[in-house]
Amino acid sequence: MRHLIEPMDLSSQETDELLDLAGAIMEDPAKYAHKCDGKKLATLFFEPSTRTRLSFEAAMLELGGSVLGFSSASSSSAAKGESVSDTVRTVSCYADIIAMRHPKEGAAKVASLKSGVPIINAGDGGHQHPTQTLTDLLTIRSLKGTLDNLTIGLCGDLMFGRTVHSLIRALLRRTNIRFVLISPNELRVPDYIREELKTNRFEFAEVDRLEKVIGELDILYMTRVQRERFFNEEDYVRLRDSYILDKAKMDLAKPDMIVLHPLPRVNEIAVEVDDDPRACYFKQVLYGKFVREALILNLLGVESC
Amino acid sequence: MLNVDSVERGLVIDHIQAGKSMDIYRILELDKLDCSVAIIKNARSKKSGKKDIIKIEDKIDIDLDVLGFIDPNITVNIIDGGKIIQKKKLTLPDTVTNVAFCKNPRCITAVEQELPHVFKLVDRSKVTYRCIYCEQEYDSKK
Repeated sequence: MRHLIEPMDLSSQETDELLDLAGAIMEDPAKYAHKCDGKKLATLFFEPSTRTRLSFEAAMLELGGSVLGFSSASSSSAAKGESVSDTVRTVSCYADIIAMRHPKEGAAKVASLKSGVPIINAGDGGHQHPTQTLTDLLTIRSLKGTLDNLTIGLCGDLMFGRTVHSLIRALLRRTNIRFVLISPNELRVPDYIREELKTNRFEFAEVDRLEKVIGELDILYMTRVQRERFFNEEDYVRLRDSYILDKAKMDLAKPDMIVLHPLPRVNEIAVEVDDDPRACYFKQVLYGKFVREALILNLLGVESC
Repeated sequence: MLNVDSVERGLVIDHIQAGKSMDIYRILELDKLDCSVAIIKNARSKKSGKKDIIKIEDKIDIDLDVLGFIDPNITVNIIDGGKIIQKKKLTLPDTVTNVAFCKNPRCITAVEQELPHVFKLVDRSKVTYRCIYCEQEYDSKK
């Protein structure tokens, strides 16, 4: 049985094929509207989410399937102390596939070891968020026409930002990608990510000023400094306003640079940027639904890529 | 030098990094044995200056994977009739379970106590082990 716990669970070829399938769904959604008739997706969200949960649910509904689940730990038996393993074993009896988000790192891996149905990691703490990565890859490929020969700036919370870790890993399989890592000292990428960049001999730079490097970028991937990842409120308050993308900074960027963000944003992208044609974060949301449709079809074995 | 009787029939775990013998005693649960067990700390070593040695007066099965994880340079000698009849070579195990514990407070193992702590070898040349759940690197110094 296949699960998707981290982006590397899919080979490079499988990822490409999945993106192709997502592209085919975008072109002709009606062709796929009944592919999951009679199938059920359970969304187990032990941590709040708007986009990811609704995106999974919308994806399954568009494929003709149905959805069940919970949207916070307090409305599940986790509040009574039930383990992830027991919850997943139980839900495996009700659903054909599970999308799970949990605040602790490795929770999805634990689920995959006990589940009787495919598990999709919809985010496990600050660790991995593979469907956001697939969303990002589909967005980049659709808008830039390629996943190679790009300079990508990743900005904000690079330490706890799971979307950043997953995206870097996925792009390490491509060719001629240059990474510009923009963050305050305290929120730099974890050592293991830096090691992977070095081991794979990718060019990367770690800088602390966005305006100095924005002109070099083909893609600017903004992230939110996440309050829920901090044990200390003081550190959060000190770092949250480190980078704010506004019109003045956008004026320094290339005319064809695209701005992505996994959302939700707080204040790191000024609302005035939303009308700039280079602001693509809401398009990214739409791509996310299509790529999740492709993933559900693939993991259920309904449609091979 | 301190004299400890030689083993007639049993095991000698040699070339233990000085100071690590009590960790091995605990992990291999040698306290549960009925036979004689001698721990020699800070014995003189030509190779490393000093070393620890554990002598066990019984032929028991020990988990060589665990020893390989702690230190692949350890040697295990099987003794019979007062002579070494076999030298066991240790290798780095692919995984170890409940030998090392994940220290990442954000790991699922920090809240779900019943989960086994499993570390996987991800880089043999650098001897890097990571938690299979959160991927935190095992650091023997912590």
